[in-house]
Amino acid sequence: MALATRTDRRPSLTRSLWGSTVGKKTVMAVSGLIMLMYLVAHMLGNLKIFFGSGEFNAYAHWLRTMGEPLLHYEWALWGVRVVLLAAVVLHGVAAYQLSRRDIAARPSKYAHKRRRTSYATRTMRWGGIILALFIAWHLLDLTTLTVNENAQPGRPYENVVATFSTWYGNAVYLVAMLAVGLHVRHGFWSAAQTLGVGNARRDRILKATANGLALALTAGFVSVPVAVMTGVVG
Amino acid sequence: MRLTLRVWRQRNADTPGAMVTYDIDDISEDMSFLEMLDTLNEKLILRGEEPVAFDHDCREGICGACGVVINGDAHGPERTTTCQLHMRHFDDGDTVDVEPWRAGAFPVVKDLVVDRSAFDRIIGAGGYISVPTGAAPEAHATPVPKADADFAFEHAECIGCGACVAACPNGSAMLFTSAKVNHLNVLPQGAPERETRVLDMVSAMDEEGFGGCTLTGECATACPKGIPLPSIAAMNKEWLRATRKASRR
Amino acid sequence: MSEYTDYTAYETGAPVVDTKAPSGPVAERWDTRRFEAKLVNPANRRKHTVIVVGTGLAGGAAGATLAEQGYHVVQFCYQDSPRRAHSIAAQGGINAAKNYRNDGDSVHRLFYDTVKGGDFRARESNVHRLAQISVEIIDQCVAQGVPFAREYGGLLDTRSFGGVQVSRTFYARGQTGQQLLLGAYQALSRQIAAGNVEMHPRTEMLDLIVVDGRARGIVARDLITGRVDTYFADAVVLASGGYGNVFYLSTNAKNSNATAIWRAHQRGAYFANPCFTQIHPTCIPRSGDHQSKLTLMSESLRNDGRIWVPKAQGDTRPPADIPEEERDYYLERIYPSFGNLVPRDIASRAAKNVCDEGRGVGPGGQGVYLDFADAIRRMGREAVEEKYGNLFEMYERITAENPYEVPMRIYPAIHYTMGGLWVDYDLQTTVPGLFAIGEANFSDHGANRLGASALMQGLADGYFVLPSTINDYLARNPHHDDVDASHPEAVRAVAETNDRLERLLAVDGDRTPDSFHKEIGELLWEYCGMARTEEGLRKALARIPEIRDEFWRRIKVPGSGQELNQSLEKANRVVDYLELAELLCLDALHRTESCGGHFREESQTEGGEAERRDEEFSYAAAWEFTGTGRAPVLHKEALEFAYVHPTQRSYA
Repeated sequence: MALATRTDRRPSLTRSLWGSTVGKKTVMAVSGLIMLMYLVAHMLGNLKIFFGSGEFNAYAHWLRTMGEPLLHYEWALWGVRVVLLAAVVLHGVAAYQLSRRDIAARPSKYAHKRRRTSYATRTMRWGGIILALFIAWHLLDLTTLTVNENAQPGRPYENVVATFSTWYGNAVYLVAMLAVGLHVRHGFWSAAQTLGVGNARRDRILKATANGLALALTAGFVSVPVAVMTGVVG
Repeated sequence: MRLTLRVWRQRNADTPGAMVTYDIDDISEDMSFLEMLDTLNEKLILRGEEPVAFDHDCREGICGACGVVINGDAHGPERTTTCQLHMRHFDDGDTVDVEPWRAGAFPVVKDLVVDRSAFDRIIGAGGYISVPTGAAPEAHATPVPKADADFAFEHAECIGCGACVAACPNGSAMLFTSAKVNHLNVLPQGAPERETRVLDMVSAMDEEGFGGCTLTGECATACPKGIPLPSIAAMNKEWLRATRKASRR
Repeated sequence: MSEYTDYTAYETGAPVVDTKAPSGPVAERWDTRRFEAKLVNPANRRKHTVIVVGTGLAGGAAGATLAEQGYHVVQFCYQDSPRRAHSIAAQGGINAAKNYRNDGDSVHRLFYDTVKGGDFRARESNVHRLAQISVEIIDQCVAQGVPFAREYGGLLDTRSFGGVQVSRTFYARGQTGQQLLLGAYQALSRQIAAGNVEMHPRTEMLDLIVVDGRARGIVARDLITGRVDTYFADAVVLASGGYGNVFYLSTNAKNSNATAIWRAHQRGAYFANPCFTQIHPTCIPRSGDHQSKLTLMSESLRNDGRIWVPKAQGDTRPPADIPEEERDYYLERIYPSFGNLVPRDIASRAAKNVCDEGRGVGPGGQGVYLDFADAIRRMGREAVEEKYGNLFEMYERITAENPYEVPMRIYPAIHYTMGGLWVDYDLQTTVPGLFAIGEANFSDHGANRLGASALMQGLADGYFVLPSTINDYLARNPHHDDVDASHPEAVRAVAETNDRLERLLAVDGDRTPDSFHKEIGELLWEYCGMARTEEGLRKALARIPEIRDEFWRRIKVPGSGQELNQSLEKANRVVDYLELAELLCLDALHRTESCGGHFREESQTEGGEAERRDEEFSYAAAWEFTGTGRAPVLHKEALEFAYVHPTQRSYA
């Protein structure tokens, strides 16, 4: 006798992605990779600070004129901002919902405590929260200039130097960049697994890439405050 | 050998439990961990106390019935099942903590016994090949490349003990689910149901209240049968493939 | 309790006849039977309920197949999941007459080997059917995704097993049972999810409900809540496995038990050939009193290992210090042509003999060496590792001894029971509507089972035989809704079950269930194990009622019956072992011949070989229950051999 054990009606792609833990992880992986690409570009741009105020400020200005004359002033930049905002929101909301779910799936703890997994793995959630707070401060500091001591529009070089001339500016930035490194280290490898790219053969390459990216990003970003502190940039 | 055991005692699902301490001596190092618990239970019965309830059956590491968390490790310090762990891996005078699997989807039934029926429902959602008895073609009609057969076998070895869930900080069943998906999806016989299988099993897994995977790797470390961590990536790949195909229909 | 008659004063009743086996050429009987059997209209099948007890290879396969056919199946297992039935622990493989090797195998040869291997105590009709179906089993399992070993060309690999001369054993590394069981479990899970099978895990059958002479339901206890309930059906299928655990130490799972078949026996099903028990020669010896079960290691080890003990009694030197000339390679000495590869029963008995002579090795002197030193010298350590690596690893994990350096110690252990509920060709017991499949029945292996045949029989019964034959019963006995929990027979069965559980809880004595189980097990191993004598069996038969009396005076079961109570479960199973043990000894006492797994010291040739006595014992002994401790009635089923002519085995 024929059995109707299942129907073949499937939810839409969006519903499938958002409705399942695996799908939500996919959303996190893709949004994370978008942010990672942005971070790499951002870090490379930051290095221009070593070539002086003129070049750095010109680069910052170019970000606004990108795509001209096809696009209007700042359109491209707003485009990037919209994509990034979407990535941040999706990444954050998915992470929040999945974390809530994960915590609920393990309602009682073991009486015998022991340290588990690597530092990078264990700090994904706290690292994410630190990064979210940092991004808010970072935007207020160097984009809207609300909390910047120099706060000169169109003079990002001077604004950056002002930020890194305060101890708290340095402290906040260094902690955040360390968090970026750790987050990218597990996040990149993890995204590869989620997207099904990982397998036993590729594992070493993926892990090496994750470590390389994490190290390059942290070192690249940290070089700026260090340069300001040591007077190389000023 | 003398040991101090701290064992989780819980009367039933609705009563709160607690760790209870027992001192036990004359433990031989040739005993399995479960034989050590047998020894404790014989003493408890004669003292008029209730013995510690724990699941166990074949005692040769294949049925998947046994499993407790020993000093924080699912199945204890060796990579094997609890029944195949021997007391020679402990030292005289040790304090040993014995707890049940902990996961929202595995509620405690009594003492060290938990309800793992969620696993059966995940299999029921698609962990099979639909082939009514008698409808099978000749076995040699479809050759299977040895590499695929070996890959299938490696995943088919899962004994469904639940150590992966117990070890996972998120109480996730991804390793269990991926083992069955990979076993069947790589085989030509499993191909017709390849997409529905992975989609249905993953949604069944979610419905049972298991957590998501954050790739901590704890599951694969605890797995007594060595189901590898990349199984999860392989299942994710299957899931994405199936989701893409399903959305195009 | 103590009103015993003389248990050994049994009477012989009317012969029991298999009325279902068709006559005609043996190769056509199965087709004939299937054609003669009445069918149930597909539309009517859902109105029929079938109870299946057990979810091993036989039960899992039967449940899935019956549900597929459209029957409503209500299935039970004591484990927390149907996937854990003890079929899962079978290592070696499954036989099938595929003749993929072109090495002369055929259905007829498998049939011949099985009848001969069973020492001419099995029914030809059944065995031939088994050999025919073996071919379909492999097809079915491959289609289910069972990952059998394959060769580089992508085709299935086979190996030779258990001393047969053809390569007909299909395998999945050392986990064939696991993979076959998971195939059946997955098919069953599909039917559970589809609502066609109502699965009751952690629920143990404690009695059979017989109404108007027909099996109509069971009494079962929910092991979590302790609730004792009734379940009704048009037919009941027992697939609850063998009774090897009556020996306490065996290779069975700890919770495998004989309760379902024993209670069915008490309700009228004849129990056949209980004394046909199989002992496996290569198990890891016990390491002390704490030993809870024995672990089997594949027989294939005997292909390259040499078995020996010291020549001198009580020689406690480490094996490396015993020079070559002071070692006794006793199998090679006594059986020069077969050497270490003699059949299971012979290897086992020889080990017992040398240990009885005080030449055993290891703790308690209950072990013999299985030495790979020669093999390592001859083939190199790597080749040995390639062939036996996983077994060596398992041995080392359990014993903490490295078998590459120190010879393994092995000892025989109870492994399989050929006896079980008597069934006809349709696998129906003497209670109409009650069927027994797999190890629970007695049918196909005679007095001795060949290696890799248990899995074959379980799946043949479950997938193919029962689902065909049960139709006939159901078609001839249209279903009635006349039985429910208020029926006097149901009320009586529940009351008796509850009464027994309450009595176990009420004794509040000073001995644990395990202590009684160990005591009866040791008694059986001593007197009804590898070698049996009239004197020993009479001793055991005198002692068993005493143990039973003591049990009911001194058993202690803490806790209540209204919760998960593993001591109560155990004690309740021991009650049945204490009765079954008695029948086992009586059957062994009455069969004064040696035959397969049953060796009577009084019946051996001058060379010390088992001597079968066909003129007196060419029958299956089916015992009818008359009351606990009361002499049962023996019904003989005469066996006829038209195709395979009985010969005496010789391995010298």
